[in-house]
Amino acid sequence: MAIDKEDIKYIAELARLRLEEGERGKYGEQLTSILKYIEQLNEADTAEVEPTAQVSGLADVMRPDEVRPWDREEVEMALRQGELEGGQIKVKRVL
Amino acid sequence: MNELTIKEARRRLDKGEITAVNLTRACLARIREADKEIHACLLVDEEGALAAAKNADQRLKTGERGDLLGIPYLCKDNIMTKGLKTTAASRILENYLAPYDATAVKRLRDAGAVLLGKTNLDEFAHGASTENSAFGPTKNPLDLSRVPGGSSGGSAAAVAADMCLFALGSDTGGSIRQPASFCGLVGLKPTYGRVSRFGLLSMTSSTDVIGSLAKNVYDAALVLKNIAGRDDLDATSAPEATEHYEKAVSESVRGLKIGLPEEYFSKSLNPAVKEKVVAAAEKLKAAGAKIISVSLPYTKYGIPVYYLITPSEISSNLARFDGIGWGRAEKEAKDLAEFYRLNRGRGFGPEVKRRVLLGTYALSAGYYDAYYKKAQAVRTLIAADFSRVFKKVGLLLTPTSPHPAFKLGEQINDPLTMYLEDIFVTGASLAGLPAISVPAGTVAVNDNGAPPVGKLKSGRDMPVGVQLIAPRLGEGRLLAAAEIVAAGDNRASN
Repeated sequence: MAIDKEDIKYIAELARLRLEEGERGKYGEQLTSILKYIEQLNEADTAEVEPTAQVSGLADVMRPDEVRPWDREEVEMALRQGELEGGQIKVKRVL
Repeated sequence: MNELTIKEARRRLDKGEITAVNLTRACLARIREADKEIHACLLVDEEGALAAAKNADQRLKTGERGDLLGIPYLCKDNIMTKGLKTTAASRILENYLAPYDATAVKRLRDAGAVLLGKTNLDEFAHGASTENSAFGPTKNPLDLSRVPGGSSGGSAAAVAADMCLFALGSDTGGSIRQPASFCGLVGLKPTYGRVSRFGLLSMTSSTDVIGSLAKNVYDAALVLKNIAGRDDLDATSAPEATEHYEKAVSESVRGLKIGLPEEYFSKSLNPAVKEKVVAAAEKLKAAGAKIISVSLPYTKYGIPVYYLITPSEISSNLARFDGIGWGRAEKEAKDLAEFYRLNRGRGFGPEVKRRVLLGTYALSAGYYDAYYKKAQAVRTLIAADFSRVFKKVGLLLTPTSPHPAFKLGEQINDPLTMYLEDIFVTGASLAGLPAISVPAGTVAVNDNGAPPVGKLKSGRDMPVGVQLIAPRLGEGRLLAAAEIVAAGDNRASN
């Protein structure tokens, strides 16, 4: 499967990545060669095989849905970064 | 005294022959002296380290004893360290202060280990040479024209250059084991979930593990003992009890069956590296182990599966880096979407962008089944290979890397060649199994840095490691065999 500049433009938009013109062609070529290599997976017969998403050996790890206190200093340090206004994290207008 | 192993430093600290402060000062002096050339560290916290060392000395004075009390270490910069910058070697996090400690770091802090600073890595751990760092590459201390491996290259270089007694790294598809091989160290990737991932910046959540780079097997065991164990803050952490791993190091391997997977010894394997694996097998045999040939037929799909699953998880995990609340924030954007595009387009380096694009593509509508789901199905076959073989043998012995450390700049322009670096190390990661790289001697390398083939005339010697892989939670057995292989290496068997 060949990935061209237009494909890269579309994928980059999905990923919210700004790419310069020159980058698009380069990534197109590189992804094409990587995917070509990856496509050898089609040789493996997986008709009867369940996909593996994780290998922890665990399932449905639950805990009570309770609020737990967190260290105040750590909370403050976490919320002190980025652009702030009136103690709130500032973001660009959405609408 | 910065060149001491943990084991030896422990003895001297406990006898009062040295102090944690002096040991820490020796490491800091070594960093100042050597790191201009090597560039293993992204941050050195002299003040914090000396305060921690002083505290450790007080604890020692009151008679308290502990495996890592007063032992200086460095930490890979994709692991959170409270109050210190944690950048993942990325521009997008260049100003980010970690508000809390990763569980592994917190456990080391409680144990009295002394955090000296943070080490360089491939940006967000994406790479096998540490050349993908936004802050410049790390050099191999054993030959400054060569890479230290990656992505935990800063941690490996720092330990190899005696800037610290051990270092924390992370291993997603070989990122501890391959640099350990390139730098002549012991690199332990524990079972998936054996060490909490809380505070490790997520790359591939289904294979990421924190582990250590150490000067010998015993030291690696001590570090594991202190960071392993279930953690409420990581639902994927393993609930099983941990072991006294340092005791397992001296256990016998008599009667243990060890498999050599034939697929790991193809014709393309550097003959000098193969020789080292054979020599390691001989040592194990002499210690009473039984060496048998086994087959893992799906081995060849390890890299294609890994480089499909990894970018997919990366594209999802790195979606959180939007410039809001932390890290860099581009001022000129007019709206939110543009703000995201600019922060990510300028904040991420080329390899991160490549993986985000590849993963986004593989997960996009119309391609999800053909790529992502297919890779997950083949992952099942790879894991089943290991389960089947581990019914016959207790451990596997393989090369760690197909060659010794390559030259800086030699592979950086060809992403696929760089991905092939991981050929022997992705299998254990995809199956979640514990694995270790152990120094197995040195091989000659020629001057142009090409992997040595046949008989070489000139050139230096560079280390190579061999890899041992165990069944899930088989760290004890892994360490016992590693100790046998390391015997004879002046430091790794100390």
